[in-house]
Amino acid sequence: MKRQNLLLLAGAIALAVVPLAMIGHGGEGAFGGSDDLATKLITVIKPGYHRWISPLWEPPSGEIESLLFAVQASLGTGVVAYCLGYYRGRRRAQADDAAAR
Amino acid sequence: MHIMEGYLPAGHAIGWSIATLPFLVVGVKRLGDRLRKDPESRLVLAAAGGFTFVLSALKLPSVTGSCSHPTGIGFGTVLFGPWIMTVVGFVVLLFQALLLAHGGLTTLGANCFSMAIAGGFTAWWIYRLGDAARLPFNLTIFLAAALSDLMTYVVTSLQLALAFPDPVGGVIGSAVKFLAVFAVTQVPLAISEGLLTVLVMNLLRSHASDIIGGLVPRLRSAAR
Repeated sequence: MKRQNLLLLAGAIALAVVPLAMIGHGGEGAFGGSDDLATKLITVIKPGYHRWISPLWEPPSGEIESLLFAVQASLGTGVVAYCLGYYRGRRRAQADDAAAR
Repeated sequence: MHIMEGYLPAGHAIGWSIATLPFLVVGVKRLGDRLRKDPESRLVLAAAGGFTFVLSALKLPSVTGSCSHPTGIGFGTVLFGPWIMTVVGFVVLLFQALLLAHGGLTTLGANCFSMAIAGGFTAWWIYRLGDAARLPFNLTIFLAAALSDLMTYVVTSLQLALAFPDPVGGVIGSAVKFLAVFAVTQVPLAISEGLLTVLVMNLLRSHASDIIGGLVPRLRSAAR
């Protein structure tokens, strides 16, 4: 199981690293978001289309935006890690109980 | 897969919101039932939500030279079914629309439909199919998570194609263009999501086999 988990993790990391290494610095706009590319494609297909409503609030800079994405990811990771840690501790305690009896 | 605020014509935005609403209503009801009947699973449900939070925040580089993100819906769907995950997906998308200006309130219905509903039900059917075919459990959830991820982006492409048909190629011509942006980029990411789903499920199973056995009938015999 441990070996399989390490391989799974290595696979996920490789899938992110390989494109970076393969394409490298492709110049302006490389590794932009696909969501933004789709938004651009809309204006190519239908020139003159403008968003008819703007977001209520926008992060004032790229830094603030990446801060909020990091907050989102760390909140999620925190909950997953808490859950795993809780059950790991519980299982140990049960094993200790069984051994003491 | 996020259609940005204001980038769906009002009619389409309203249509997708109406289509999403019944799934959310049933989802909220099922979520309430589940928490009442099975309070033990609360922590695992939180972890399923957490997994969606992390994965949908990770914008990963892909072979096309652009970045995109997985969805994390498949993991929770295997444990709690597609209805409950509709609610989880909605919460994640609402967070991103309000705080990150990523997606939007008018496009929330469409985005929830592609990520949580199309993605969730794809994961669910693939999972049930793999189960019926007696495929190994890990292979089944890998396929469920990866194809759910891919389907989300296919549906986003179709939503945009319906809203913005190509002047020459029509809806199909436009769909091909949007799929070129989304679907190809998504293939390696979908594989990543499948791998990470198996990884987290392995970890949970090794520490909480009783809880997971209660949620996944097939693993019940293995539970202590």
